[in-house]
Amino acid sequence: MTAVAEPVLSDRTAALADRLRAAVGVERVLTDRTQVRTYECDGLANFKVTPAIVVLAESRQHVVDTVRLCSEAGVPFVARGSGTGLSGGALPSSDGVLLVLSRLRTLSPVDADNRQVTVEPGVINLWVTRDAAPHDLAYAPDPSSQLVCSIGGNVAENAGGAHCLKYGFTVNHVLGAEVVLPDGEVVHLGGRAPEHPGYDLLGAFIGSEGTLGVATELTLRLIRVPEAVQTMLVGYSSVEDAAGTVSDIIAAGILPAAVEMMDALAIEAAEAAVSCGYPAGAVAVLVIELDGPQVEVEAQFKQVEEIARARNAFETRIAADDAERALMWKGRKSAFAAVGRISPSYFVQDGVIPRTKLPEVLAEMKRMADEKGLRVANVFHAGDGNLHPLVLFDDAVEGQAHEAEELAGDILELCVTSGGSITGEHGVGSEKRMKMAKQFTPEDLDTMQLLRCAFDPDGIANPGKVFPTPRLCGERPGVRKGEHPVQAAGLGEVF
Amino acid sequence: MTAVTAPPRPGDAGDAVGGVVPREVVRPGSVEEVAEVMRASAADGRSVVPVGGRSKLTWAAPPESCDLLVDLTGLDRVVEHVAGDLTVVAEAGVRLADLQAQVGRAGQLLGLDPPEDGATLGGVVSANASGPRRLRYGTTRDLLIGITVVLADGTVAHAGGKVVKNVAGYDLGKLFTGAHGTLGVVASTTWRLHPVPPARRVVTLELPDAAAAGPLATALARSTLTPSAVELVGSAGGAARLVVLFESIAESVAGQARAAVDLLGGGEESEDLPGDLGRRPGGADDVLLRLAYAPASLSAVLAALPAGTAVTAHAATGVSYAAVPAAEAADALPRLRAAIAPHDGTAVVLRAPDAVRDRLDHWGPVGDSLDLMRRVKERFDPERRMSPGRFVGGV
Repeated sequence: MTAVAEPVLSDRTAALADRLRAAVGVERVLTDRTQVRTYECDGLANFKVTPAIVVLAESRQHVVDTVRLCSEAGVPFVARGSGTGLSGGALPSSDGVLLVLSRLRTLSPVDADNRQVTVEPGVINLWVTRDAAPHDLAYAPDPSSQLVCSIGGNVAENAGGAHCLKYGFTVNHVLGAEVVLPDGEVVHLGGRAPEHPGYDLLGAFIGSEGTLGVATELTLRLIRVPEAVQTMLVGYSSVEDAAGTVSDIIAAGILPAAVEMMDALAIEAAEAAVSCGYPAGAVAVLVIELDGPQVEVEAQFKQVEEIARARNAFETRIAADDAERALMWKGRKSAFAAVGRISPSYFVQDGVIPRTKLPEVLAEMKRMADEKGLRVANVFHAGDGNLHPLVLFDDAVEGQAHEAEELAGDILELCVTSGGSITGEHGVGSEKRMKMAKQFTPEDLDTMQLLRCAFDPDGIANPGKVFPTPRLCGERPGVRKGEHPVQAAGLGEVF
Repeated sequence: MTAVTAPPRPGDAGDAVGGVVPREVVRPGSVEEVAEVMRASAADGRSVVPVGGRSKLTWAAPPESCDLLVDLTGLDRVVEHVAGDLTVVAEAGVRLADLQAQVGRAGQLLGLDPPEDGATLGGVVSANASGPRRLRYGTTRDLLIGITVVLADGTVAHAGGKVVKNVAGYDLGKLFTGAHGTLGVVASTTWRLHPVPPARRVVTLELPDAAAAGPLATALARSTLTPSAVELVGSAGGAARLVVLFESIAESVAGQARAAVDLLGGGEESEDLPGDLGRRPGGADDVLLRLAYAPASLSAVLAALPAGTAVTAHAATGVSYAAVPAAEAADALPRLRAAIAPHDGTAVVLRAPDAVRDRLDHWGPVGDSLDLMRRVKERFDPERRMSPGRFVGGV
């Protein structure tokens, strides 16, 4: 072990660390620089901040004590689960507390008749489906990181996944939450019933990226495992044909469980990394999954095959069993990491466009990349227009990282001017807060701040995230006039 | 009031909200005109109650005051329907039925089917109204993907967008859903649509005892069948009819209906939708309640209702509507609330005859988040001018 570095704490944080040790136990409070550095970033590794203090909570009371002491001291806190987020949502505050929830890992027994289960925030996403499986139930949201990501993090980010085309996002699958507000007060939002009198604060809390409080318990809705699942992998010689297939499926009134698309570069990377056996020479592939009653899936699957053929698919492969299905998904789910095989570095981007704009946006993205002499690999949830362009670059080439970052930013703006969003599932976090002003007016952002001020008037819960400019809650937002940026772009009334 | 908005007219008895007659009524014709109206109201310190089709005015408690009724039926444009994206942008005053007709021409639907005639989109959002097909499509919170609101001071704010998948910023649409006009005015809405299923099959089973529906609904929910709705219509402690609706392609609905008859141990198959599907129970002399509870406790909820109470239950979802005779309501309501509380159950008054309305606790207990709700209200409407007193805890 290396020499223990002296903690570098201000008087304020040093005093807080002492109070935290007294409240939650010496062994759960870290201030040693080498130890706290473990938590300096989440999945967005190019943003790093070393927290002053790390608290490893093991109970709800530890969370309450930590938050209350932070509130009393006026010290910011950032809650963190597994740290797999891709927007820097769990980036620590240098003068604050990083509250680690991954030790809160209890799952209550599955309530099969109500199709619910109550879990602690550190529980891993996939564990929920594992526990539900013996009851023929499953937890629908399935982000690609589901082997390691936590439910608490999923709730903070309103996590999606490949199957949200049909099943919706985390917000559609959380029934209740016990939340520690930023002053340490504990409230219960939602519950086991589908609705409750009062404002839907649960709906507002989910996806608030840790800025409204810390969830210490969550009641999740489970879905019945469908009778049949069928998956096919389709190879195309052009991106336009692949995109056209997606539109035609939707136009035929079919709602697949998932429609995923990868372009040539992403296919090359996935092949190199996991040998998933995608069709050789494909310029684009679709992974299409249908689920539901057997007869329905069979009939619609035939229809989808016909649509794909009419759109010049040169190879259609149908998963014969679970192993083949797993292999088809493996290529898709490992695509981000796989890109490391074909490029020294890359930025993962997350933007959304209306599905019908897919061909033109992809063409424009290619033009923008060519202009900068950069490569962009595309992996995306085609069914709901959620793009994940991976901008490839080489750190060794001077200025290329900067160019790549610029391109990634330009792609987001392209999403917004196309009528879409700067993020479909990764969140705004630290990375995209300046982009919020591209999508929303100052009035929109001020109105969102009203909600934050109701929950967190002192602004200590995950400060510096989501919003472009910090705002004190005492201020009354002024009434401004002016055109909405999307309207200014000539897109008419968009929202 | 302004050059563009028709001048307000005096309110009359026909405009009353929960018995409160507004001093004036104004009918703006655009989002900007709503903002003008709200700025002027802010300057004069007037209390404002927004209304749409006025089909659910009794769903919230009567307002403490109503200086100005803002009638949103003038905001009646369907702004943009992109069939290929299965999305639609429509102003708050568009009637749900009109929207369904318009998107229906493209073979699409908005997955909301509350039965109130004349309901507008803004009212559906503000009252969080839903119907039988909530089992399949969810409710407003699952379908509303973007919103434009006008705050008490005239600020126009948007949240969400027009893409289904979007996690940028707080989801103010959720906050305004079911807020009954207490945070601001819902001016425009953007929705996710679904394709109209091509075929339908209905299974109807007569039950001598309504309570038998509880285990049957749970069995359906735990099966691989995918009904659009499971409706129970009958009376607590008495007979009832269970209606299971399948909507999909022809092969699927035929197979599922047969499987449902097997699972239920009986039932008649038909292609006809009952004309009264989803209709709220009872009549003008009853107190209409909306009950919500953990879904598998339907039988316990039926047992907690006074015998003979007319009930319509969205049986597999945990939501029911009950019509309690007015004379019994004041006594029955607290008992009912206590009895269903262990099932996370709540009971809200949706309609009550004038004679008993003021004797009923409209919303019932709210739990430990009421103070937080009050803080939200204070931030959005610090002068407490928006539909004052209509919501939980006097908000």
